[in-house]
Amino acid sequence: MQDELTQTSAPVTAPNLLPLYEESARIMTICNACRFCEGHCAVFPAMEQRLTFDRETVDYLANLCHQCGACYQHCQYADPHEFNVNVPRVFAEVRHSSYAHYAWPKGMAWAIRNAGRFTILTTLLATAFFLLGVTLSGDQSSEGVGFYAVISHNTMVTIFSFVGWLILLVWYFSIRSFWLTTALPGIFNIPLPVYRRAMVSILTLKNLDGGHGHGCYQQGEVASQLRRVFHQMTMYGFLFCFVATSLGTIYHYGLSAPAPYDWLTAPKFFGVTGGVSLLVGCAGLWWCRRSTEQAIETEDGGLGNSLIGLLFFTSLTGLALPLLKGTEYLAIILCLHLGFVLALFLNFAWGKFMHSIYRCVALLASEYEKLRQ
Amino acid sequence: MKGDFDVIVIGAGHAGLTAAICAAESGASVCVLEVSPKNVRGGNSKHTRNLRPMHESALHPLEGSYGFDEYMDDLLRVTDGETNQALATLTLEASANSVPWLKDHGVAFQPPLGGTLHLGRTNAFFLGGGKAVMNALFQCADKLNITVVYEALDIQLDVDNGVFKRVDYSHQGNTEHLTAASLVVAAGGFEANLEWLAEAWGDAALNFLVRGTPYNRGDILRQLLAADAVQIGDARQCHAVAIDGRAPQFDGGICSRIDCVPLGIVVNNQAVRFYDEGEDFWPKRYAIWGRLVAAQPDQVAYSIIDSQSAGLFMPTVFPPVEAPSLRELAEKLGLPQESLSTTVDAFNHSIVEADFNHQILDGCHTQGLAIAKTHWARKLDKPPFRAYMLRPGITFTYLGVEVDANARVNFNDSTCTSNIFAAGEIMAGNVLGQGYLAGIGMTIGSVFGRIAGREAARHAR
Repeated sequence: MQDELTQTSAPVTAPNLLPLYEESARIMTICNACRFCEGHCAVFPAMEQRLTFDRETVDYLANLCHQCGACYQHCQYADPHEFNVNVPRVFAEVRHSSYAHYAWPKGMAWAIRNAGRFTILTTLLATAFFLLGVTLSGDQSSEGVGFYAVISHNTMVTIFSFVGWLILLVWYFSIRSFWLTTALPGIFNIPLPVYRRAMVSILTLKNLDGGHGHGCYQQGEVASQLRRVFHQMTMYGFLFCFVATSLGTIYHYGLSAPAPYDWLTAPKFFGVTGGVSLLVGCAGLWWCRRSTEQAIETEDGGLGNSLIGLLFFTSLTGLALPLLKGTEYLAIILCLHLGFVLALFLNFAWGKFMHSIYRCVALLASEYEKLRQ
Repeated sequence: MKGDFDVIVIGAGHAGLTAAICAAESGASVCVLEVSPKNVRGGNSKHTRNLRPMHESALHPLEGSYGFDEYMDDLLRVTDGETNQALATLTLEASANSVPWLKDHGVAFQPPLGGTLHLGRTNAFFLGGGKAVMNALFQCADKLNITVVYEALDIQLDVDNGVFKRVDYSHQGNTEHLTAASLVVAAGGFEANLEWLAEAWGDAALNFLVRGTPYNRGDILRQLLAADAVQIGDARQCHAVAIDGRAPQFDGGICSRIDCVPLGIVVNNQAVRFYDEGEDFWPKRYAIWGRLVAAQPDQVAYSIIDSQSAGLFMPTVFPPVEAPSLRELAEKLGLPQESLSTTVDAFNHSIVEADFNHQILDGCHTQGLAIAKTHWARKLDKPPFRAYMLRPGITFTYLGVEVDANARVNFNDSTCTSNIFAAGEIMAGNVLGQGYLAGIGMTIGSVFGRIAGREAARHAR
């Protein structure tokens, strides 16, 4: 009896939880009684709709968390307080664990848990694969132009559309299992305003603005927009490159105008601006990660840096290609580029890239909950 | 550190930093002495969440108006007239500038927090809470080159005939001393000094939990009173609420609250009820329950509800003690079982049935009990039964030093103009002589912080 009455460590509110989820539930129970942080981001209003915090709820809240650090900097219960509340750190760990948990097929969870090693391995193997292919076929004088002279367009299309379809399959099952843990109905039963509001949050990275518009607190007490800017440079850079590739496909098949394109064409414009934006954005994010406040930093086994690295080097080698046209380095850089792209594709399915998908689903769920209230 | 400043401020809470910033902005060189280490700085202000500004029209984030007359009526009602009218008038009028001032100094506001909608018109909530406010003010202090000394221990003031001469303190094992043209005391109350409280409350005070910082021990207040500063209020006055008995001894803050009192019954450790749990809405009554519990044997009480009340009150940090029957609940709580049964039976049999609605003053009440429950009375008969242990949680004290409209401390029989100014809890009793109004403490700190800083700088010139 006395133990129950005099305990000062906060409680577990749901049974049979892993220690990480136990800790998350403990912290959320404290936050739910305090609520001072509800203006910072979408996590706390979502928390306030709940009284208990089971694994699914914690996964949802953690994927809603953008790790802006505001709640940690402003927490009256943070270390050295005995409650030792630290939402960004525990949620970063939960996110990492959730990416592995929702991975499909289940066996690929190891790729998430060992993201750094998986990335290096896949990059090396993919590059070796292309180098070997080029060396063995040796038909550098075939009908292709530019880098299609090194590896034919059809070969690239075959390889990457196979991997592309694989990614879509993985996405379907991974998203589905996460989606079903949220309050969301089927995608066609979600009201349009929910999509619109979630889209605004994504396009502006609203949840890194601190709630006051001055940015996040990843580097300490002073709010900064740097991480938000670098992230969006990366995201928009990536989208521009995606547009460039899509346009290239249209040009190739629709307009019968195969690559290479001039500098003043749409695919080149999107590709080059996107590529440069990616270089700056990724370098910035890498710096942001390095300078993150130690207290909210977690060991992620290279998960975060693997995506930044792949995007950076894909972009760097991609931008180098047109400059190396006609030189002896073209073949090797092309193989390197394609190696990075292939590893990046695998990251889309079993790497940090998935954070964007789960984040989007979580934002949708949060907007949906708000609308239903 | 050795050297002279124009202004020395003691205490780095909201009032102290406001004073320091205002003094520095008036051109003074300023040093702030803070007893706490840097990582727990911010005094009780880090636990606050809003202030109450007068506003004749909408003032973001506040809608509607909260004019002078209504504000003054509220203040007079809660203090029962225990206020210095001139200073109260000054406070309310100057409070209109508090939100703009804080915004100018990097503080962000938000609409009322979840569960506090009743304060949406009167209270401006800090985005991120009081620690966010303090971080913003410390950043301002840094930009203004204000020296802040943390862990300034054993601060000793040399005050002669109402005039501050110098201050001695120890820092990192060394004894330091500083002189300055003027001094601002913003060192809070003495609520963390249970021994001092025990002088007024007896040993009961030793069972109090302190909701805020352990550093508010009243050392500076004591020295000023010893130097013949005019005292205001008495040591028996304190603001105490009933909080979760399992909360930490210090710094439990907001989340140690227990909001389910009006939904069930409250008994002491003899399992006997002692006050009308349904007298009024909880936000209007929670502040009297600290004293009520303090008056019970061993300063402990138990709020008991049944499953009907689940989800009707703010979630708690600690889980309730839960049992399938009252007998087992009594056993778990260590209460006399027969007595609890008798109390609950009598309560259940006295209830006049009506439509229960916890959001209005409903008609559910008891009839024929020595201690009635006048609203929200429902039979306790739906297991599982749940209980929270309550203890008095002391928030702040009222005893302080008397000040004038320039925040200058008044001394008995002084022949000199004092160079000592006061702001915050150490002088809040001038305006709030008793009772409580949500956000009034931060409002007084904001207003007198600005006055004290400005006047201390003016005195230094």
